[in-house]
Amino acid sequence: MQSNASLEYDYTVAKWFTWTAVIFGIVGMTIGVLIASQLAFPDLNYLLGEYGTFSRLRPLHTNVVIYGFTLSGVWASFYYSAPRVLKVSMGESKVVNGIGKLHFFLYLIAAASMVLSLGMGITANKEYAQMEWPLDILIVVIWVLWGVAMFGLIGLRREKTLYISLWYYIACFLGVAMLYLFNNMEVPTMLFSGGVGAWYHSVSMYAGTNDALIQWWWGHNAVAFVFTVPIIAIIYYFLPKESGQAIYSYKLSLAAFWGLMFVYLWAGAHHLIWSTVPDWMQTMGSVFSVVLILPSWGSAINMLLTMKGEWNQLTENPLIKFMVLASTFYMLSTLEGPIQAVKSVNAIAHFTDWIPGHVHDGVLGWVAFMIFAALMHMAPRVFKREIYSKSLLESQFWIQTIGVVLYFTSMWIAGITQGMMWRAVDEYGNLVYSFIDTVSVLHPYYAIRALGGLLYLIGVFMFAWNFFKTATAGRRLEQEPRYRSPMA
Amino acid sequence: MSLEELQQLQVIMYTVMAGILVVLLYSYIIYLYRSEKKGEKDFEKYSSLVLDDELDSKLLDENLKASNDKKE
Repeated sequence: MQSNASLEYDYTVAKWFTWTAVIFGIVGMTIGVLIASQLAFPDLNYLLGEYGTFSRLRPLHTNVVIYGFTLSGVWASFYYSAPRVLKVSMGESKVVNGIGKLHFFLYLIAAASMVLSLGMGITANKEYAQMEWPLDILIVVIWVLWGVAMFGLIGLRREKTLYISLWYYIACFLGVAMLYLFNNMEVPTMLFSGGVGAWYHSVSMYAGTNDALIQWWWGHNAVAFVFTVPIIAIIYYFLPKESGQAIYSYKLSLAAFWGLMFVYLWAGAHHLIWSTVPDWMQTMGSVFSVVLILPSWGSAINMLLTMKGEWNQLTENPLIKFMVLASTFYMLSTLEGPIQAVKSVNAIAHFTDWIPGHVHDGVLGWVAFMIFAALMHMAPRVFKREIYSKSLLESQFWIQTIGVVLYFTSMWIAGITQGMMWRAVDEYGNLVYSFIDTVSVLHPYYAIRALGGLLYLIGVFMFAWNFFKTATAGRRLEQEPRYRSPMA
Repeated sequence: MSLEELQQLQVIMYTVMAGILVVLLYSYIIYLYRSEKKGEKDFEKYSSLVLDDELDSKLLDENLKASNDKKE
């Protein structure tokens, strides 16, 4: 069986996805900075007519960073690391390789159509599920192709045991498949209304509270199965590999995996606290959210302890910096989320800026940092070149860290201020403040948030430049590096 | 079945299901630690799947089915 000396890993599909991650990262986060600036300076809404308003751009931002940047990063890391832990090259099977390539091209078509349709204002009006039904069907096809490529690789594997990262990738595949299908059950309006309306429009199959429950069952689990599960898959491969350290406890990784699977699916109802869903369901959503701290911290602590005795690498290797800070941000946001899900806290936090603050310390500090680290770890292996600039990577790390801190601290203050002002009543029970009072008070924090976002975006451009230069002008490597990535 | 009875049933089913899953989860964690203590399993060796992930690295547990298929 070990006659594979002439065989090499085929990184073609992984390499393609790295580029879409870079491009969608730039597009999605540029829009993010623009809309953050619009909230601070409303005149910026009128730059591009209807195409430049906050309401048009906000879904574009969320969809491009989630389904463009994050999913590209997840798939790049999957097509890179899964063959390695299974010890089978994509190039060994024409079928699996072909499906991987088809997966990429259909994804490219879907992602471009998503950008165009949302930009034109075509939307199904469900948060994080705005794409209309023709695109939903295409996405199901893409998802199935990924599944076929994944299980195809597993079927061809030389190594019998599935490494923990693969468990997480499989969970991402199955979780999203189930949730996506249920949440996107929709009725094309033209077919059932005697030809009224555009062919691509639809309405949800569910109504009222049921629609809200399904929506947030999906919405929260999009966070679980797109922003958490595959990113844990990434860190379980890339941190041990880059540091050359075995995972601190493999058993803990298994226990945390099943804990996370068990708890996460029940927590979505915390988005509907103090709404019209049954009270017991709100309480269960709240309780499960608090329990969620355990498996989340199980994975994060396991990662931090993996660096035990090797903390010097934190100062020497910027990729380790990104990954260690990412697991720390994962701990922060998985503590903050359950706090917000406690009913009494939620009474203040709900609908305030504290929520996007929480989301962004998770996505900027945890998700995007892990994707940057994974892409840069892959770069010397897939391009067979040294990383172009270590100092650029170091600077990116510090600029983006400052950006994230400015973002979430300003939103913490803004959110709590907002929540308190909305609830303030005088001795007769009248509201003390009008909405515009809160807007005036929050303006400086919105400006700080936009500045934080801008710093982060500058870091994204630095990353893109470094990645591009690595691919085209990095010093050529004779041998694939085993652990630590070489950088100039 | 009245609406109240249906809602009551939902609560009971939700609680029972959560209880069953808690028992299953804890049983699995106990199994992980007990089987290793008894020397039946060594889970920690799987950490090396990442560190030795070259195509010509030594296999930890060979997938005999795949290798037989390839030989045929």
